[in-house]
Amino acid sequence: MQRHKLCTLSLGGLMLHLLKAVWAYRYFIVSSIKTEFRSRFARSKLGGLWMVLHPLALVLIYALILSQIMTAKLPSVASQYAYPIYILAGMVGWTLFSEIMSRSVTVFIDNGNLLKKMAFPKLALPLIVVGGSFVNFIMLFVVMFVVFALLGHLPYHSLHWMPLLVLLTIGLAVGIGLFFGVLNVFMRDVGQVLTVILQFWFWLTPIVYMPSIIPEKYHGLLMLNPMTGVVLGYQNVLLYDKAPDLTVLVYPSVVMLVFLLLALFVFKKANGEMTDVL
Amino acid sequence: MSTIFEVKNISKSFKVYSSELKRVLSWFGLRFKPRQENQVLKNISFSIAHGEAVGIVGQNGAGKSTLLKIITGTLKPSEGSIHIGGRVAAILELGMGFHPDLTGRQNVYHSAGLMGFTVAEIDAVIDEIEDFAEIGEYFDQPVRTYSSGMQLRVAFGVVTAYRPDILIIDEAMSVGDAYFQHKSLSRIREFQKQGTTLLLVSHDKGAIQAICNRAILLEKGCVLKDGDPEEVMDFYNALIADKETKNIEQSVNVIGKVQTVSGSADATVSSIGLYNDQGQEVVTVGVGEGVKLSIGIKVHKPIPSLVLGYMIKDRLGQVVFGETSMSHGVIYENLKVNQHINFTVILPLNIGVGSYSIATALSRGKSHVEGNIEWKDLAFLFDVVNLNQKDFVGSVWMQTSLIENKSED
Repeated sequence: MQRHKLCTLSLGGLMLHLLKAVWAYRYFIVSSIKTEFRSRFARSKLGGLWMVLHPLALVLIYALILSQIMTAKLPSVASQYAYPIYILAGMVGWTLFSEIMSRSVTVFIDNGNLLKKMAFPKLALPLIVVGGSFVNFIMLFVVMFVVFALLGHLPYHSLHWMPLLVLLTIGLAVGIGLFFGVLNVFMRDVGQVLTVILQFWFWLTPIVYMPSIIPEKYHGLLMLNPMTGVVLGYQNVLLYDKAPDLTVLVYPSVVMLVFLLLALFVFKKANGEMTDVL
Repeated sequence: MSTIFEVKNISKSFKVYSSELKRVLSWFGLRFKPRQENQVLKNISFSIAHGEAVGIVGQNGAGKSTLLKIITGTLKPSEGSIHIGGRVAAILELGMGFHPDLTGRQNVYHSAGLMGFTVAEIDAVIDEIEDFAEIGEYFDQPVRTYSSGMQLRVAFGVVTAYRPDILIIDEAMSVGDAYFQHKSLSRIREFQKQGTTLLLVSHDKGAIQAICNRAILLEKGCVLKDGDPEEVMDFYNALIADKETKNIEQSVNVIGKVQTVSGSADATVSSIGLYNDQGQEVVTVGVGEGVKLSIGIKVHKPIPSLVLGYMIKDRLGQVVFGETSMSHGVIYENLKVNQHINFTVILPLNIGVGSYSIATALSRGKSHVEGNIEWKDLAFLFDVVNLNQKDFVGSVWMQTSLIENKSED
């Protein structure tokens, strides 16, 4: 039987094996994503819209509170709404990242009962998370453009860079989230710690502020955060209407690959023991 | 019959580390020994052929669920290998994977997806599943409004929508009502005829004996007994009765059936027999004939109190009738060594034609579980034949009489 071979495969072979298994369960993945949305609408009128309204409310709050201080820092943009647009651009990317990551961290625990009772590829679960969050992202993206239009701002010259940025965001979130998600099955503190870290992380990423307000000597530190480059990319495309700076995207890509490999490695090691402790 | 699935030397142990960090570090090549390994299954091997129906029995914690999870694939064995030559479908828990806010229909698609089916494959059988479940309009209502029986109907319908090569059923089935149990049973039998192998975990002796042609008894993670369901169930029964004494004997009796005797043997049944009106011992009795059942007990050690019980079982081992001396208000007290007891009741055998056995039980209290002195299966065998009654079928004989017979044009 195939499933017991998992431990003897190389990482490459494992990847192929997992992809095949996941492909066989594609209907389940799609149906789970649908289920997620259906159940959201099942008992609340606005349902899935809340996933969009939450980040929008945050943007509104920051924009209201901080706009006086921050607008002066964005001299290069003509629109008087430059600051709200700036936050919105960063927030769209960050929401995608934080949602996938926080859900990946708990995905195995949340589905513990299912994993114990049904045999299906475990990797389907993070894919469901990615799918669900991606749909949320699309909704938020569309709503964002409606807001942009209302504010008289329509960036379209560099939209073709979006897929790259989104892919990078998802890769980073899945890599980090899955790595800690596997650890979280065995050490439940990991999830708690990560929730706190995610809060700090938000403020360590230039989303509501511009890198320019930070003293020059700390810029190196800011760039250590792999999300900085990615968020700068979102801001370039959505606010400045220009191509993202590819040089700042190299580092996040490397981090992404490292974490994806790490995640795959611990997943391979833990695969047999995971259901034992769930 | 060819083997569909084989389990070879399977062991399962759960590793316990003094700190989970050590477990994680051990993946990275650092050597940490688990503080202890709880071995749940030890060296289990068996193979099952196409179309066999195997019951798995055992006390709580014997390792049944772990074994099933390994067979289903949710747990990995620590050692050993499994070879499965077909698709496995399992009902391990009621409505597993069902989402409470979705309707029955939506859940069918969802959970069938979880079993690896495509939408097109489910489309083809969705009407069949709806018909099978027979829950009417509820099929399009959210599952949270379902009773547990209704959930089972839908769940069973999904799992058995396509005939699996191996069907695994855990105790979940017991929530179904009698009608549905019959219905699901007949579907299971239908599958069996077509070659599906069945694995059934249950504490229900009747279910095991009615469905299975083989039973495996697990005890403390080992296969203790593997064979004919009646024999295994008798042994199991003796096992739960015998927590104290650990003294079980099985021997093949005259007609080739395995007799199980267990208990502390402080007193034993020394004689048992059925006697007719003329006082002659009989082994063949007519339907409805009143006979005397006489049981003799010999005491070997002083016993403060003793209750005698007996059960009449049909050829499948299902209990047809049973009672204890307490039903007649009799408890034997302060018994001395070598004392003899004779217990005789009149038994109107209003039961159907067939062969029957009598099992006896001597215990200190009401049931044989609280202080088993002697439990003896197949203590006596007899046949019931229809000598002078009207023709009838069934396991019970009821004396009917015609009171009206009109025919009108």
